[in-house]
Amino acid sequence: MTELSLPARFEGVEMIQRVRIPARLAYEFTAGVATSRFLRQVVRKRLVGERCPVCTKVYVPPRGACPTCGVATAEQVELGHTGTITSYCIVNVAFYGQAMDLPYVSALVLLDGSDLPIMHLIGEVPYDEVHMGMRVEAVWEDGDEMEPTLEAIRYFRPTGEPDADPATYGEHV
Amino acid sequence: MTDDTSLRAPLVIEYPFTRTTGPVVGAFLTALREGFVVGTRASDGRVLVPPAEFDPVTNTPLTEVVEVGSEGVITSWTWVTEPVPAPQRPAGEEPPWDPSVDAQPFDRPFAWVLVRLDGADTSLLTVADVEDPAQLHTGLRVRIRWRAEREGSIRDIEAVEPVVSGEDLP
Repeated sequence: MTELSLPARFEGVEMIQRVRIPARLAYEFTAGVATSRFLRQVVRKRLVGERCPVCTKVYVPPRGACPTCGVATAEQVELGHTGTITSYCIVNVAFYGQAMDLPYVSALVLLDGSDLPIMHLIGEVPYDEVHMGMRVEAVWEDGDEMEPTLEAIRYFRPTGEPDADPATYGEHV
Repeated sequence: MTDDTSLRAPLVIEYPFTRTTGPVVGAFLTALREGFVVGTRASDGRVLVPPAEFDPVTNTPLTEVVEVGSEGVITSWTWVTEPVPAPQRPAGEEPPWDPSVDAQPFDRPFAWVLVRLDGADTSLLTVADVEDPAQLHTGLRVRIRWRAEREGSIRDIEAVEPVVSGEDLP
């Protein structure tokens, strides 16, 4: 580090070395028509994806078009509430705004019958037992007044089934 | 039955960044906390306020930190008739910092000003606290009004005010 020559007034003064620079961005998020269709079903504890008419892949949450084929998705496909973990992250580092106790596991869950994993929390299992291929199921929030958000699912928990064959999800890792 | 309207919801993203200042900016912020202003001396002898970390001509690190005055002259200014307030936040969602930093410095009309402090060769951006733009002009002599509680931030300078000649300010 470069040595500074400082005025005498700094003698005995503790020098500032770091500062807090908060940044805040306030948006209005627009979900889009297809994702809104999906979220309105989530309120009813249903997970409904949309299928590409060309490549037949099922997207969840749907964005209204297939990013590979560039065509609109229209066919609604109701999915089950079980799936397979394709990837995961054990979160050990505290950060501002964090809602969960550490450590916790965030994972990509490929819902059965879909071709795009969703990101969600994994619960009811020690963090160090979570692994790729683990079979999980959605645990929904209680109550009749569900909000149109994926937070309506509290987390996914292991089903106890044997691990999925990597061939069944390898394409989606 | 399908509803083909889009859902909308507020989305706020906040990053509570902490950054290291480096020695030069650290000295500048420390001086503000202590109630004075410093700059750096450039290779051509000019005093740059706020301090530059590197020479604008030779690109070499600047290492001579010099104190300048708390008075100076306005070199440019612009009047703000409608100050931007701090954004409204839902109750219970207060950020871990002073929310006033999200707002402009005053909730009443004020001026952004460039002030060349005594002993400096460049101008510092700050605010002037006057009631009427008629009280401002280029070359006006002003004095820094320091915030009582200072933390090492540019906002430790609450504002500059016109120096009234003959007035005995503390």
